[in-house]
Amino acid sequence: MTAFLGLFRRDLSLALRHGGDTGLVIGFFVLAVILFPFGVGPEPELLQRIGAGVVWVAALLAALLSLDRLFEADYRDGELDLLALSNLPLELAVLAKCAAHWVGTGLPLALTSPFLALLVDLDPSAIGTLFASLLIGTPSLSLIGSVGAALSLGARRQGVVLSLLVLPLYIPPLIFGAGAVEASEAGNGARAYLLILGAVSLAALAFCPWASAAALRQALE
Amino acid sequence: MVFADLSFRVPAGGALLLTGSNGSGKTSLLRILATLIMPVGGRLLWGARPVAAEGAAYRAQLDFVGHQDGVKPSLTPRETLKFWTALRATEKTRAPRLVEAALTAFALDQVADWPCRWLSAGQRRRLALARLVAAPASIWLLDEPTSALDQQNQSRLERLIAEHRAAGGRVVVASHTPIDIGSAAILTLDSFSPSPDDAAFG
Repeated sequence: MTAFLGLFRRDLSLALRHGGDTGLVIGFFVLAVILFPFGVGPEPELLQRIGAGVVWVAALLAALLSLDRLFEADYRDGELDLLALSNLPLELAVLAKCAAHWVGTGLPLALTSPFLALLVDLDPSAIGTLFASLLIGTPSLSLIGSVGAALSLGARRQGVVLSLLVLPLYIPPLIFGAGAVEASEAGNGARAYLLILGAVSLAALAFCPWASAAALRQALE
Repeated sequence: MVFADLSFRVPAGGALLLTGSNGSGKTSLLRILATLIMPVGGRLLWGARPVAAEGAAYRAQLDFVGHQDGVKPSLTPRETLKFWTALRATEKTRAPRLVEAALTAFALDQVADWPCRWLSAGQRRRLALARLVAAPASIWLLDEPTSALDQQNQSRLERLIAEHRAAGGRVVVASHTPIDIGSAAILTLDSFSPSPDDAAFG
């Protein structure tokens, strides 16, 4: 537990200290959403219709943006060796890093989303659902992303390889996340969508640490 | 394949010095000893039992200082050492004392609260080596520990190794520069480069 918390705390302070990894992600998120009205025109009805999807896609891309640094620094400076040799099983080390990554990116994304919902003129009743869907769905983004980050370690053009690996796997959280918001806009309950989204996150929690740890062991060889 | 047919044992309090030209496999052998890579063939025993069977119990006995320092530019040396003690699951009451002892052992007190990006290569190396004190373990695996160290700090390291061995610890050092670690078995890896037959599948 000491080791788990130690790693979590260190990764979090690195994320907050490193010239604002978190700030970068939020900045990208806000800008990406703001670009849409310029592209598709400012009609409120149109924005309202595509708003949920736009915010969710921007959140995916913003989360993706920060993933390449999840293991990269530790891999380059040799600290991954220390993690592999520590008292903490590598699976739990991955989990600690994902938790820190989520607090540094997923959580701030969810917290910013109500503000962006106003920008795309989302129905006020759906703002709460958007926030909830991001809160429930973003852990899966960090967890699924960790597998891609571990697999692409040491690859040339890591960022590109990572996007190609991870983006297809982000489709389920995207469908149910944006679906939840649309359902609550239409006046139907979003409960079913949010439950499935929670299930996606839990499945990622059960599977991804093992897959990432296996990929990291491969990278250490 | 870089080496074959080598065999050695390190008794309690013993030391092994790995020498050899660049590319002769010093680092690979150390990483095999650290269980970070698997040998193509051969056995690695801890006591009478294979290391593979011991797993975590064996790794808990290891302190591995690779040729990279593993130091994050934005953390301070004190934070770095604190993190390393946490990785070893050191009890909260003992950790601060070990961190201070480690800083003192390599004369890092002055720079303890600077971000590591301000440190010189030698200071970073000392910080990496200070882990030996902050996270004590009975087997030390050191890869080129003296690179970037000045004479005074090399003596500090040599003294530390002598104390560690006196207390029954084992040390394996890979180095191509002279280092005084007391009476050590010397393994020159150049003499174990595989024969052409072996190399065919290496």
